[in-house]
Amino acid sequence: MVTFTLNGEERRFDGDPETPLLWVIRDFEKLTGTKYGCGVAQCGACTVHLDGMTRRSCVTPISMVEGSEVVTIEGIQGAEAEAVQKAWVAIDVPQCGYCQSGQIMSAVALLQTTPKPTDADIDGAMAGNICRCATYQRIRQAIHDAADTMEG
Amino acid sequence: MTIHQFAPSRRAFLAGAGLVIGVALAPRVFAATSSLNGVPADAQGQQYPFQAFVRIAPDDTVTVLAKHIEMGQGPYTGLATIVAEELDADWSQMRAAAAPADDDVYKNLAFGIQGTGGSTSIANSYEQLRKAGATARAMLVAAAAEEWGVPAAEITVSAGRISHAASGKTSGFGALAAKAATMTPPAEPVLKDPRDFVLIGKDRPKLDTVAKSTGKAIFTLDIHADDMLIATVAHPDRFGATVASVDDTAAKAVPGVVDVKVVPQGVAVYADNTFAALKGRAALKIDWDLSKAEQRSSEKIAEDYRSLFAKDGFKAADKGDVEAAFKGDGVTRIEADMLFPFLAHAPMEPLDAVLVRREDGSIDSYNGAQFPGQDKQAISEVLGVDQSQIRINMQLAGGSFGRRAQFGSPYMREAAEVFKASGMARPVKHMWTREDDIRGGFYRPLYVHRIRGAIDKAGEIVAWDHVIAGQSIMKKLELDESSVEGASDMPYAIPNLRVFGYNTEVGVPALWWRSVGHTHTGFAVETFLDELLQKAGKDAVEGRIALLKDQNRHLGVLKKVAEMADWGGPVPEGRQRGVAVHKSFNTYVAEIAEVSVDELGAPKVHKVWCAVDCGVALNPNVIKAQLEGGVGYGLGAILFDQVELGEGGKIIQSNFHDYRSLRINEMPHVEVAIIPSTEAPTGVGEPGVPPIGPAVANAWRQLTGAPVRRLPLVNIAVS
Ligand code: FES
Ligand code: FES
Repeated sequence: MVTFTLNGEERRFDGDPETPLLWVIRDFEKLTGTKYGCGVAQCGACTVHLDGMTRRSCVTPISMVEGSEVVTIEGIQGAEAEAVQKAWVAIDVPQCGYCQSGQIMSAVALLQTTPKPTDADIDGAMAGNICRCATYQRIRQAIHDAADTMEG
Repeated sequence: MTIHQFAPSRRAFLAGAGLVIGVALAPRVFAATSSLNGVPADAQGQQYPFQAFVRIAPDDTVTVLAKHIEMGQGPYTGLATIVAEELDADWSQMRAAAAPADDDVYKNLAFGIQGTGGSTSIANSYEQLRKAGATARAMLVAAAAEEWGVPAAEITVSAGRISHAASGKTSGFGALAAKAATMTPPAEPVLKDPRDFVLIGKDRPKLDTVAKSTGKAIFTLDIHADDMLIATVAHPDRFGATVASVDDTAAKAVPGVVDVKVVPQGVAVYADNTFAALKGRAALKIDWDLSKAEQRSSEKIAEDYRSLFAKDGFKAADKGDVEAAFKGDGVTRIEADMLFPFLAHAPMEPLDAVLVRREDGSIDSYNGAQFPGQDKQAISEVLGVDQSQIRINMQLAGGSFGRRAQFGSPYMREAAEVFKASGMARPVKHMWTREDDIRGGFYRPLYVHRIRGAIDKAGEIVAWDHVIAGQSIMKKLELDESSVEGASDMPYAIPNLRVFGYNTEVGVPALWWRSVGHTHTGFAVETFLDELLQKAGKDAVEGRIALLKDQNRHLGVLKKVAEMADWGGPVPEGRQRGVAVHKSFNTYVAEIAEVSVDELGAPKVHKVWCAVDCGVALNPNVIKAQLEGGVGYGLGAILFDQVELGEGGKIIQSNFHDYRSLRINEMPHVEVAIIPSTEAPTGVGEPGVPPIGPAVANAWRQLTGAPVRRLPLVNIAVS
C-alpha cells in the first residue's frame, strides 16, 4: 500500500508497486491531463511535480512516491502557474496540445526556482519536453512573458 | 484504494476532469460535453440546426460543426471564423465541435469523401462555409422580419446582434434561433465583399487554446469507459512477419492481465490497466514466421532502387532535348545521387482507439483520424456490423502529420481485430506505445534520386535530368505524381528538363508524411539548383529570380524573404546562409536559414526567415504558427531522423532516444511574413516543411564545401 497526496488530497494505491505514477494518475485516478508520449523519460509529456520538483511520471514507480506530494496539471496553483497559463493563452502556444500539460509543468517549475530565466535557463529546463508540433518559439516567448508579468 | 466510482452503466463515459460524453447520437441532438467535442458544455438547452454546419443555441452560442479533424493546424478556429464572418457573429459566441462521420454531407470537396489532409481544410471549406454562414444569417433575418413585422431588407446584423433601426427592435441570435431554424434557406445566399470582412484576416484567439493549456482537452487516450480493457499488441520487428507460435504463460500470470489473443497483426494482451497490459506484453514469448517478411536492409533496398535506373521509368516531364543539351559544346556537367530515408511521423499522441459495443449491438468508436468514413468501413468489415450501426465519435488528435490518414484504415482494422478477438463484452482501448509508433511502418518512403545538370559556356543552366525511385504512396502501377511532384513541375525556366519516376516494391507500408512528395523533391531540386547556380558563378537569390521569370508568386516570397534577411548583407562570423523556395499545396514559401557548425561538428540553425503566400490570410497568427511548426518539424527530420532496416530487415530505431525530435534548444528563431493577397486561401499545415531542409543544406555546403547527398544530416556531421 502506497500513500501519497495528489493535488492536495490523500490517496492510497494498493496495486502493483512497480506501476509507474503516470498510469496510477491516468488509469486509477482518472486524471488525464498528464500524458503518455514515450514511457522512457525522453519526451516530458508525463511531467508532474513531485515534492515541488519536475518528475517524469512514466519512469517513477508508485512505490517511490510513498509520502510524497504529487501535483498534476489539474492541480497546479500559485502565481507562477497563473502567469504561465495566462501567457500560454495570450499567444496561442498550443497546436495539437498533447505535449502542453508537460510543457506547462516544466515551465512553472522553472519560474518557481528562476523567476527571470535567460534563454539558456529555458533551454536547460525545457529541453526534456518534446513538442512534435514544434511550438518551441512560442513556449520560449510565453515563459519570458510570464516572467515579465510576475515582475510587473 | 480511493478512486472515483462511475455510474455503473456503460453509457456513462468519463473523460478527463469529469466530462461526461453522452453516447446517444440522435441526429442533430448532441449530449452536453466539452466545447471540443459535440457541443459546448456552456451552451444551454436545445441546439437549433441551420443545415449541416451551424447550430445556434438559445444562449446565443453558435457552434460550427467541423468536418475536419483538429490535430493542431487550427481548422476548428479557421472554420468557425469563416462562418462567423458571413453570419456577422461576435467571436466570443463562436464554438466548434466535431461533425459526425459522414462521407456525403461532410465530404472534403477536394477528396470526395470526408477527410483531412493535403492542407485542404480551409481551401475546400472556404466557399462552403461562407455560404453556410450567410444562409444562417439570412434565416435569422427572415425570422426577425416575420417576428417584428418589418421588411427583411431593413434589418442589419452586426457582432451577434440583429437590429431594425426604424423600430428600435434588436435581438441576439439565440432568442430567434428556434423560429429561424424553420425558415426556408435562401437558394443562393449573398456573400460579403471581402473588403467588408471584419474577422477574416485578423488575429484572434484559437478556440481550443484554453482547454489545451489547462490539461482539460480530451484526446482519444483520455477516454475511459466503465469496465474498459486496455489492449496492447506485440508486433514483429520485421515487416510482414506473422505469429508462428506464442507462449503466453508468463504474460497471463501478470496481475491485471485478463487475456491474450493472437490477431492478424501480432499478439494482443488485454488488461485492466495500462501498466499490466505493457508488463504482460513484455512477458510474451513469440516465435515469428519470417517467410513473408521484408528481410532486406535499408542499404540493400537503396542499392536495388539504383539498379532500376538502367531501365525506363515513367515519364513525368520531358521538355526540350536533354541528351543534346548535355552534349553541347563547352558544357559543364554535375551529377548527384541522393538518398532519403524512411521517416516515421511520430505524432505526440501515438495511435489509439476506444471501441464499445452497445446493448443493441451497435458500435461506438472514439478515435481521432483523418478519414472517419474509412474507419467506419474498417470496423464494419472486421466486425461484420453494418455501417449504419457504427458511430465514429471524433476526438482531438495529438498530432498526425499524415499518420492518421490511411485509406483502408489499417490501424483501425487492427483495433477492430483486437476488439473482436476480445469477445466485445467489455469496451476496449487499443493503444500503441511509442515503440509501436516508430516501428509501425506507414513511413515516408525511402527514395533515391539521381540528377544530372548542365551549364553552358554562358553560365546558363541548360539541362536537368532527374530520376526518382521509391514506393508509390498511392499504390499506382503507373507514374505516381506524389513521387515526382515538386520536381517534374519545377518553376524554373530550364529549357531541357526530364523527370522520370520509378515505382518500387518493398514490404514496408508507405504513407504520406507532412508535405508528401515535396519532402524529398523540394530538397533535391533546391539543393541541386543551388549547386548549379554556384557553379555558374551566380548568387543563390539572384540566380533563382532570373530563372523564375514570370512565376510571380514564387518571386514574391523569394524577394520578400531576401529583404527580411537582408540577403547579401553582413552575416555573423562563423555562420552561413542558405535559401530555398518551394510551392506545395498551392502555397508558396521561401525560407532562408542561418547556420553554423557546432562543437560536435553538426549543423546549428540559428535563425530562419520565412515568407509565405497562401492567398487570403484567414488568421495570420495561425498561419505563422503553422510555418514556425513546419520549420521545426522539417528541421528535426532532416537533422536527425531515419527509420533504418538493419541486417535481415530488422527495424533499428524504437523511441525518441534514437528517433530524435527537435528540442527547444535546437529550435531556431523563425520570423514569418505573409504576402498580402486576395487569391482564395490555400493551406499552411504542410508548405512550411519543404524549404527548410534545402535552406539548411545549402548553408551547410557554404560552411563546409560539402553538398548534402544523404539524410539525415547528422550522419554526415559525425562521419
Ligand atoms: S512519457 Fe514520460 S517522458 Fe515521455
Ligand atoms: S502542441 Fe502538439 S506536440 Fe506540442
